[in-house]
Amino acid sequence: MSSIPPGSRFPVPGSAQNQRDSLLSVRDLIKHYQSGGLFGRAAPPVRAVDGVSFEVAPGETLALVGESGCGKSSVGRTILRLQEPTSGQALFEGVDVFSLDRAALRALRRRMQIIFQDPYSSLNPRMTVGSAIAEGIEIHHLAPRQEIPARVSALLEEVGLDPAYARRYPHEFSGGQRQRIGIARALAVQPAFIVCDEPVSALDVSVQAQVLNLLSDLQQHRGLSYLFIAHDLAVVRQIAHRIAVMYLGRIVEEGATGQLLSNPRHPYTVALLSAVPEPDPGARRSRIVLGGDLPSPSNPPPGCPFHTRCFHPLKNERCRTEVPLLRPIQGTVAACHYAESTPQPEQAGAA
Amino acid sequence: MSRVLEVENLKISFPGGDHTRVYPVDGVSFQLERGQTLALVGESGCGKSLTSLALLQLVPPPGRIETGSVIRLGDTDVLALQGEALRRIRGRRIGMIFQDPMTSLNPVFTVEDQIVEGILAHFKMARAKARERALQLLQEVGIPDPEQRLKAYPHQLSGGMRQRVMIAIALAAEPEILVADEPTTALDVTVQAQILEVLDRLRTSRGMAVLLITHDLGIVAGRADRVAVMYAGQIIEETSTGRLFANPSHPYTQGLFASVPRITGPLKRLNPIRGSVPAPAAWPSGCRFRPRCPKAFDKSELEPPLLPVEPDHLMRCWLAEQQGAGTRQEPGTKS
Amino acid sequence: MIPLLAVLRSAWRKPRGRAGAVLLLVVILAALVGPWFLPDPLAQPDILQGSLPPGPGHPFGTDQLNRDVLARVVAGARVSLSVAFLAVMLSATLGAAVGLLAGYWGGTVDSALMRLVDGALAIPRLFILLLVLAAWERVPLAALIFLIGATGWFATSRLVRAEVLRLREEGYVHAAEALGARRVHVILRHLLPNAAGPLLVAATLAIGDVILLEAGLSFLGLGVQPPAPSWGGMVLDSKEVLVSAPWVSIFPGLAIVITVLSANLFGEALRDAVDPRSA
Repeated sequence: MSSIPPGSRFPVPGSAQNQRDSLLSVRDLIKHYQSGGLFGRAAPPVRAVDGVSFEVAPGETLALVGESGCGKSSVGRTILRLQEPTSGQALFEGVDVFSLDRAALRALRRRMQIIFQDPYSSLNPRMTVGSAIAEGIEIHHLAPRQEIPARVSALLEEVGLDPAYARRYPHEFSGGQRQRIGIARALAVQPAFIVCDEPVSALDVSVQAQVLNLLSDLQQHRGLSYLFIAHDLAVVRQIAHRIAVMYLGRIVEEGATGQLLSNPRHPYTVALLSAVPEPDPGARRSRIVLGGDLPSPSNPPPGCPFHTRCFHPLKNERCRTEVPLLRPIQGTVAACHYAESTPQPEQAGAA
Repeated sequence: MSRVLEVENLKISFPGGDHTRVYPVDGVSFQLERGQTLALVGESGCGKSLTSLALLQLVPPPGRIETGSVIRLGDTDVLALQGEALRRIRGRRIGMIFQDPMTSLNPVFTVEDQIVEGILAHFKMARAKARERALQLLQEVGIPDPEQRLKAYPHQLSGGMRQRVMIAIALAAEPEILVADEPTTALDVTVQAQILEVLDRLRTSRGMAVLLITHDLGIVAGRADRVAVMYAGQIIEETSTGRLFANPSHPYTQGLFASVPRITGPLKRLNPIRGSVPAPAAWPSGCRFRPRCPKAFDKSELEPPLLPVEPDHLMRCWLAEQQGAGTRQEPGTKS
Repeated sequence: MIPLLAVLRSAWRKPRGRAGAVLLLVVILAALVGPWFLPDPLAQPDILQGSLPPGPGHPFGTDQLNRDVLARVVAGARVSLSVAFLAVMLSATLGAAVGLLAGYWGGTVDSALMRLVDGALAIPRLFILLLVLAAWERVPLAALIFLIGATGWFATSRLVRAEVLRLREEGYVHAAEALGARRVHVILRHLLPNAAGPLLVAATLAIGDVILLEAGLSFLGLGVQPPAPSWGGMVLDSKEVLVSAPWVSIFPGLAIVITVLSANLFGEALRDAVDPRSA
């Protein structure tokens, strides 16, 4: 098995990344949501993100993949400090994001941007498309006033829209067009890094493909880095250089896209992969249908967080008591005590 | 095989402003056999959900089903029914489950209340008996610990569990047909797999016919017997699942396939259809896919009927005349 | 889509919205131009001949001091309407400001402001007003407006806060924050325009309340002070001739009813336009 995705359009970044050549370096990120009011008894916190570390290199796409409630969106928002982290560190271009005051944070946001999932709520219905795109340019004084319309036109063209759309309002556009407008708005401040929070999951398949292609092209032309948050492994395969799979607030496996998809080592990755509905009745692979539900993130199981749903034949007492740490195994990094012998999709049918 | 449902030339219209009407569903015909799964596939706005609502006369006002449309359920002319007779069809003979199990369950009643209510609405039996039946149904849809779950309120259940409860409620009346409108779209992939398994099992064990409304070709591949692809209010390709995947023929279907990212096979750049689905008021004359079609030619300016590509494989494209051999059989639709 | 214009247009399309708007406009127009064509409401043509019934020359009759009731009702409209509009503007502004602040800042700012509002809502408004107004020998009009306005924003602030809590989770608000926008920018550019609809509804419905409140206070002698005419004050003045000259009280009373009704009709039509589900 090749470790490089066949036919990849992208230069595959080195697997060994040290802090120096990474654009973003996140260490031990924790985000707990405390519920319970002033007078009520405090409920156990929701452990949305429970110790996550990763690196993103310049020009690279790292995908955070997992099911709803796994904490992937909280990671993206916390890095941008749209939410405050509970603890941890995030170094962006050498700057500690979590220690910045408001003014410094505003300046930093020029370099880090976000694209949202819902193309319908992500644009202010009261603002024209042009003023939505111009907003960031004005906030950061990136161009003299008279040059702004030209900038907006160029951005609209770059995302594949007619510059004349600048005078229209968002409700006149389809979901795919709105998503392009959202991308243009993010690009307006010339960021180096964009958090893409499920950017295509609300779109129809044909439009989804257009937006994925657009994001790839923009990455190549502008040298952007993406943190691509998604639940769909097939989508992620199209755009990511590396994939990190999250389960209950933790990364359970991480590796280069081709490697992780062809030789998954964590049972949860195997299950996710086999659940992807592939439009090909001939190649219907054996499916692993996981039993049970996702445990509550406010009360995660002890030991391996996945052990309540795991189908690994070697699952035993150790999984129920001892938390497995991420360790390198055959090309990926996985948090499973028995990752060496994880059943692969082809042979897991009996489980 | 016996035919349980026949839809012929279904047209649904909505006011389009200035006293005109638009037709989001425009001449749809299909049949459903006992124990069969038919998938209606298409992107948002193609009319697939409206079509399914029409089966129970649930088209929301100001929309209306045009005269000339025929929906036959066995020997029953559904569109001629009203009042009590219509109510006895709803749920009892055609059950429905929807995309969002959160909003389709009443939050102030327990699971038991809602299933038992469903049973008692259609069958005369003692409440205790109905409760027993509810318990069986929960087991049948694979809910662990069903005694406990009967007492639960919807918000205490996960999305997957809620969708199972919805299926159990739909099954309570033992319908001949289950209409599943995007039943797994709001669910995670691992849960989606569970729900699809349940639907599959029920179809075989009960001999139920399933009308599966979905945008996801991946779901169709594993589950459906037949597929009808919809675009702009019309069925544009219809055949068995095997033939569709082996030989997708309509340029729109081909475009859909080229747009879907795959988890296996060589990684290549996606080749999406250009543009997006226009609103019903903006559907072009002639072939409705013409403005986005890479293969459009001069004849596309005339509206194509469903034409045979190969035996038991129809598409609404003039290219079928070049590929398709044999005589032109006129299917149910005359548009 | 210009938001407020669209809302107003949609309210205008509903029969009761149109009826309310037309009535309200008639009252406002009468208040604006009426005094030019009517006798001086303070003029007393013949003081010995008080309380003339309606008839030619005095369509609404005259009061016990022989002042023209129509002229006084119209003059009273000026006073009552300007008290109502100014007080509502004040309370809408205060309510919007507090609601935006509490909803967007959250945390302790929110808790503090909302506890304050809870406390204020627990005390009847009339009680506060009576207490403060009774301290004056003659209540200045500006003080009356200020006090009515300053005691009318509590519910509005809650409404705006609830709206802001919803809007705060909209993608475009996150996007603006992610672009590095200042909080004031987010509030003025994104939150306020999108919360304007409900605010307009609340303000319109509040106009009726305030007119009633002012009439009540004036009836108690604590509102607009004579000889300045106000509808509530006129009803108070007429109580000695309530039976012998009913027109002296009926017409200002009718003016109150019509104005409150039209403001409420229009306000409800606006509410339906902003949130169709409440229809």
